[in-house]
Amino acid sequence: MTAIQLLKKSPASARVGMIIIVFNLLVMMLAPVIAPYPETEVVGDVWVNSSAENLLGTDQLGRDMLTRLVYGARNTITIALFITLISFTVGATCGFLAATLKGWTDQVISRMVDIIMAFPTLIFALMVLSVLGTSIPVLIVVIAILDSTRVYRLARAVAMDIEVMDFIEVARLRGEKLWWIMRREILPNAMPPLIAEFGLRFCFVFLFISALSFLGLGIQPPTADWGSMVRENAGAITFGILTPLYPAAAIAVLTIGVNLVVDWFLHQSSQLRSH
Amino acid sequence: MKTNTSIILRRLGLGVVTLLVISILIFVGVEALPGDLAEAVLGQSATPETVEAFRKELKLDLPPHVRYFSWLGSFLRGDFGTSLANGRPIADLIGWRFSNTLFLAGITALISIPFAVGLGILAALYRNTLFDRSISIGTLSAISFPEFFVAYILIAIFSVQLTMFPSMSNIGPQMTLLQKIHAVALPCLTLTLVVMAHMMRMTRAAIINVLTSPFIEMARLKGLSWRRVILHHAFPNALSPIINVVVLNLAYLVVGVVVVEVVFVYPGLGQLLVDSVAKRDIPVVQASGLIFAFTYVFLNLTADILSTLSNPRLRNPK
Repeated sequence: MTAIQLLKKSPASARVGMIIIVFNLLVMMLAPVIAPYPETEVVGDVWVNSSAENLLGTDQLGRDMLTRLVYGARNTITIALFITLISFTVGATCGFLAATLKGWTDQVISRMVDIIMAFPTLIFALMVLSVLGTSIPVLIVVIAILDSTRVYRLARAVAMDIEVMDFIEVARLRGEKLWWIMRREILPNAMPPLIAEFGLRFCFVFLFISALSFLGLGIQPPTADWGSMVRENAGAITFGILTPLYPAAAIAVLTIGVNLVVDWFLHQSSQLRSH
Repeated sequence: MKTNTSIILRRLGLGVVTLLVISILIFVGVEALPGDLAEAVLGQSATPETVEAFRKELKLDLPPHVRYFSWLGSFLRGDFGTSLANGRPIADLIGWRFSNTLFLAGITALISIPFAVGLGILAALYRNTLFDRSISIGTLSAISFPEFFVAYILIAIFSVQLTMFPSMSNIGPQMTLLQKIHAVALPCLTLTLVVMAHMMRMTRAAIINVLTSPFIEMARLKGLSWRRVILHHAFPNALSPIINVVVLNLAYLVVGVVVVEVVFVYPGLGQLLVDSVAKRDIPVVQASGLIFAFTYVFLNLTADILSTLSNPRLRNPK
């Protein structure tokens, strides 16, 4: 089945999800073109209601809310995507290694992962940040490592199933090296569950980094970021001003969009397997 | 029953090992600081003599393994050291806040568990009906919402529009139970919504899993009533996954409170942890982090042991 045929058969919920994702990606890439003002320019009074000049009003310093949201999309989504990519590279490589090499490699990595997973993620991240201080490289490495443990579990389980197949045996007899077997034999066959997991992990990383930023320990101002925008504007809610709800809603909508597509994808791949 | 005890003992041993490794990680993490705590606290301008005196006071001049054991020993005796930020004993700071956190998590658990399990079972029984679909969409969106989004929507409705509940949950020792419950109504509702979604989805999946097994079909074919099939055949077999779900979500609750406590300025342990991370008050971070970890590992352990005990196959060994 080609990609286009598959898209035509997709249910309405998955289409809504895809539209949300594509919209966010477009905003992310075209941020400087779409945004009416520069990222950190003060354009008016504090917490002004929406008007022709400021479609969504202004924030706690009088910056244009729409502009901040657009740049926030770029900063938050880019960092979340980057973290997910690193966590997948690390997690999948370790998982495949553990499944193909077995023995003590598997034991050592698996026990380390067990210990990291026995510890609540948010608390772990907070403790590391308290020691190393908050900066974007530290954030990326800490969250990627914490997240790669989940990817590792899945990649190892999937690769274990593939590793016993005849074509792996054939490749081994042919004298292929470990790296070749992992990349050319295991990876293509492990792709469908890993892609679905990528969506779920992205949601998790995205919500996690938003939560950290909301706590004031993630991406630091004046960089526009959805989580910290909620934090900075939180005071407005007690005056009945809805400004902090916009970035929070943006986070929720993107997460729902990705979840809808992942749901459909999981459904698809389970159907493919049963046929 | 022998297999049962040995499984539980092994699991307990694993829990203790995990906690020890976590405590070593926490300790080593601080050791790995560039420079040491004394320099970090006193700053660049401190004279070498002051730094040396402070190091003696913090016992930083002893070798690492000695300090680790004395740190762990005093931690287990309930002596957490003193805060760097205000010099007060950490035990005083933490004790009251931890009880507040448990109070909030406890009330949430009391409300959310019966609701979530009940609704999850109903959704499984009437699966693929309108009721089930609306629950499924509702829970999927609740999982996708960040906690602070739910919290601010609730504040906007109940605190600003209807002025029913306060948006800041300040509780004090002089308040009566009823006043306390009124103060924590909104954070409690936020947590309930977030946790219930997870629990409902997992309960539904567990029950559906059991309902599709052959012995349920057999019971139906024997002509037993639905009520009897559900209560006597399906429920006991779904109990193990359900208990697991409930306890895992309690563990999630203890950690999930961090964000909610910050939103509602609730004087709990999570709020203290976040403040201390921002101030880099490392002894407080170590102590509160370790308490969170203990609670989390303990609840996970309970989940494993309870589900072992409720598994009919393990309860009646051959």
